[in-house]
Amino acid sequence: MLKYIGRRLLMLIPVLLGVTFIVFSIMYMTPGDPAQLILGESAPPEAVAELRADMGLDDPFIVQYGRFVKNAVQGDFGKSYTTKRDVFSEIFARFPNTLKLAGVGVALAIAIGIPVGIISATRQYSVLDNVSMIGALLGVSMPNFWLGLMLILFFSVNLGVLPSSGSGTFLHIILPAITLGTGSAAIITRMTRSSMLEVIRQDFIRTARAKGVAEKKVINKHALKNALIPVITVIGLQFGYLLGGAVLTETVFSWPGVGRLLVEAIRAKDTPTVLASVVFMATTFSFVNLLVDVLYAYVDPRIKSQYQ
Amino acid sequence: MSKLLKINDLSIHYLTEDGDVKAVNNINLELDAGETLGLVGETGAGKTTTALGIMRLVPNPPGEVTSGTIEFEGRDLMKIPEEEMRMIRGNKISMIFQDPMTSLNPVMTVGEQIAEVIEIHQDIAGKEAMDKAGDMLELVGIPATRVNDYPHQFSGGMKQRVVIAISLACNPQLLIADEPTTALDVTIQAQVLDLMRNLKKEFNTAMMMITHDLGVVAEVCDKVAIMYAGEVIEYAPIQQLFENPSHPYTHGLFGSIPNLDEEVTRLTPITGLMPDPTDLPSGCTFHPRCPYAKPICAQQAPKNSVVEGEHRVKCLMFEGLVDKVSIKGTDQGKKEVV
Amino acid sequence: MSSVSNAAKPVDLDKPKAKNKKRSQWAEVWRRLKKNKMAMVGLAIIGAIVFCAIFADVIADYDSVVIKQNLKARMEGPSAEHILGTDEFGRDIFARMVHGARVSLQVGLIAVGLAIGIGGSLGAIAGYYGGRLDNIIMRCMDVFLAIPSILLAIAIVSALGPSLFNLMLAIGISSVPSYARIVRASVLSIRDQEFIEAARAIGANDFRIITKHIIPNALAPVIVQATLGVAGAILSTAGLSFIGMGIQPPAPEWGAMLSGGRQYLRYAAHITAFPGVAIMITILALNLLGDGLRDALDPRLKS
Repeated sequence: MLKYIGRRLLMLIPVLLGVTFIVFSIMYMTPGDPAQLILGESAPPEAVAELRADMGLDDPFIVQYGRFVKNAVQGDFGKSYTTKRDVFSEIFARFPNTLKLAGVGVALAIAIGIPVGIISATRQYSVLDNVSMIGALLGVSMPNFWLGLMLILFFSVNLGVLPSSGSGTFLHIILPAITLGTGSAAIITRMTRSSMLEVIRQDFIRTARAKGVAEKKVINKHALKNALIPVITVIGLQFGYLLGGAVLTETVFSWPGVGRLLVEAIRAKDTPTVLASVVFMATTFSFVNLLVDVLYAYVDPRIKSQYQ
Repeated sequence: MSKLLKINDLSIHYLTEDGDVKAVNNINLELDAGETLGLVGETGAGKTTTALGIMRLVPNPPGEVTSGTIEFEGRDLMKIPEEEMRMIRGNKISMIFQDPMTSLNPVMTVGEQIAEVIEIHQDIAGKEAMDKAGDMLELVGIPATRVNDYPHQFSGGMKQRVVIAISLACNPQLLIADEPTTALDVTIQAQVLDLMRNLKKEFNTAMMMITHDLGVVAEVCDKVAIMYAGEVIEYAPIQQLFENPSHPYTHGLFGSIPNLDEEVTRLTPITGLMPDPTDLPSGCTFHPRCPYAKPICAQQAPKNSVVEGEHRVKCLMFEGLVDKVSIKGTDQGKKEVV
Repeated sequence: MSSVSNAAKPVDLDKPKAKNKKRSQWAEVWRRLKKNKMAMVGLAIIGAIVFCAIFADVIADYDSVVIKQNLKARMEGPSAEHILGTDEFGRDIFARMVHGARVSLQVGLIAVGLAIGIGGSLGAIAGYYGGRLDNIIMRCMDVFLAIPSILLAIAIVSALGPSLFNLMLAIGISSVPSYARIVRASVLSIRDQEFIEAARAIGANDFRIITKHIIPNALAPVIVQATLGVAGAILSTAGLSFIGMGIQPPAPEWGAMLSGGRQYLRYAAHITAFPGVAIMITILALNLLGDGLRDALDPRLKS
């Protein structure tokens, strides 16, 4: 098992390298002169040229990329064009907030999605099933930033019970987490339901009943263990979706995370920050997926025995 | 001698959008302790539904037992509460299904799956149950050391042995085997049948063997019931069935088998196909395919007639309503019916 | 001498499969789809939206109604004159929403079309030729998939600048990997079947095999994914415009309208509420249709 984990970690390196290459290439195409941006409009051309040389902006693409990777590995992502502060520490300061938000969001999504999915499957076509399927459909169709605004309208503006921005207390995370987690909850509900429906039709469920196993145990022990296996993969993918969605949610709720940092950096054309933020999120996503794959291999004995 | 199992006028229908599927229609069967009853018929004849009916595992919706009683050890299984039925399943009546590849839970070890049925029905738990599971594995010819292996680590034949181990773990009075060897290679088939025969003798388990293979019937069964379109059209002790098959359908079944001893240029299958269970033929359900059918066969449904002793058949020829025709046979042991 | 009864309709257990002409296959799919009421509702809604998109100029003239500001009528609620009210610049919200439909559909269709074209080709090549080529292409797709697609789109737009075209490009590129995967899976499933061997034996070249045999088989899952993909693209467009990365004002786009109304949430919630509902209904309709298509195209139901 450890060998499997080790091998996957090793395979992560070229992927992350590829990610940095793609993102760097994209940002490289940004028009405009960073040196000019830093020094301002009125700076004399010689000073700009000197800064350009200093920053190595006249070097060929490959050289610049190589330098970026070399520094990145050491944790140096350069300095923000706008705040002039070290990019890495800026991101690192905000990253826990984004993780917290995504974490609570995914936890909420699982806590709602899986039980509702199970109940819908076991009571197929009932009122409960129909209601939750409609709910799931709506959840998937709602733009999450709009949901956030509507929640603010209802709970903050009209009812005044929950804060609409900032962070700090437990109350502050409720609305953003709901906003972020709703879409995922809907997807997890549907996935769990369809997986359960498929598993319940399997022959071994009939065997369990023929053995005299109580129906509750048939569902919760025999069926569930099998049904959750594909759901795990979906949850992993959802995390990536959440990291992306955090950008919008953090904007709506002025949540001090990497997402909001990213949006501001784009507006200010602060390339190093944009670059570093995206690479950061992609790296996190990759590790989460790795975790999910390992979990999957661990939980499904058919896969587990391949790696032992 | 009171019977272990007595099925009276059992009917099971599935109410679907496409119509009322009359899967089982007024069948009567009985079984003594230690006996093996063969339930023979083509796919769709209602054999599996009958078995599920006995276990009260007919999916509801859309299935429903519309009439009849199933007496087991004197009690009507149709009337007892679900909790009591649950205590009978896997314990007094066990069932094994057709496809061993999909009958076992892939995420539980075989030991756990055997131990589970022991823990539910007997006052044994934990390690003791696992030990007993290991014993059951040995009994079916699998080393007890494999008790912690997962189903996917076994071949098809071995999986079926595990299924047998599960079904016999609580020493049931009745074992229902639904085509247990159909999905297996012929050589493995012989091994599994042997195993079942030996275990049956050792534990004196009564068995209901569902199959479409007359060869299997010949090997294992004491009595045979032939099913067609949800009815038992012939029922006889094995000897009598092979020596004196009476129903035209039964003749057709025997005639469809290749014969090693005779030189035959063609097989004689039964023409036509099994009728649509939502739209059964009037009168005798077999009459559209029967080479000896007369107009009355389309109008009147035959009742059970005695041929000899326990041998009974549902055919108007035996009620005196249709002239008995001499049926030419092409297969072993079949005599002319006069 | 057997008498024929009128009752029995034998169930054909092994009916030899009748040769299905392509035409009747699609007719069968359509028939199944029609049975699904929810999918038909979705189709009807999409039809209405497409209608709005095509006839947007007829419904509301662009220059005089959609863009022109009318500061005297700012932020009015729904009324007889303005069915859904006016926005922060006094413009009729309904008119802007109708034109917004055009923008959203444009981006959705073109972005998905781009993704299918590029992704589908890559997937087909990777699946068909296998080996190293397959490996290289799929590793590249894995790298792209490691970046959450919204972030990738954001990065591309931030580099190239916000415009309708760049938006389509960005969302299209970020969708390429999923179509590559789907097409590759389809190709793999039929590549080794015998009729491909047969085609090769009569001298068909690779290109012909790919276009005439492999692609038609990959169509079903691609169609489903495309329907849901258009929904996703519309959501992404709205999201990007919301943070200022998309269509620039004063062009009407649902997400941008939401952004504009955000600061007036307290007093004039309708500016934010209505465009959001439009997005939701559109996505809902596409999801209903996509689910319906998935069920109708399910190979397990094919007779």
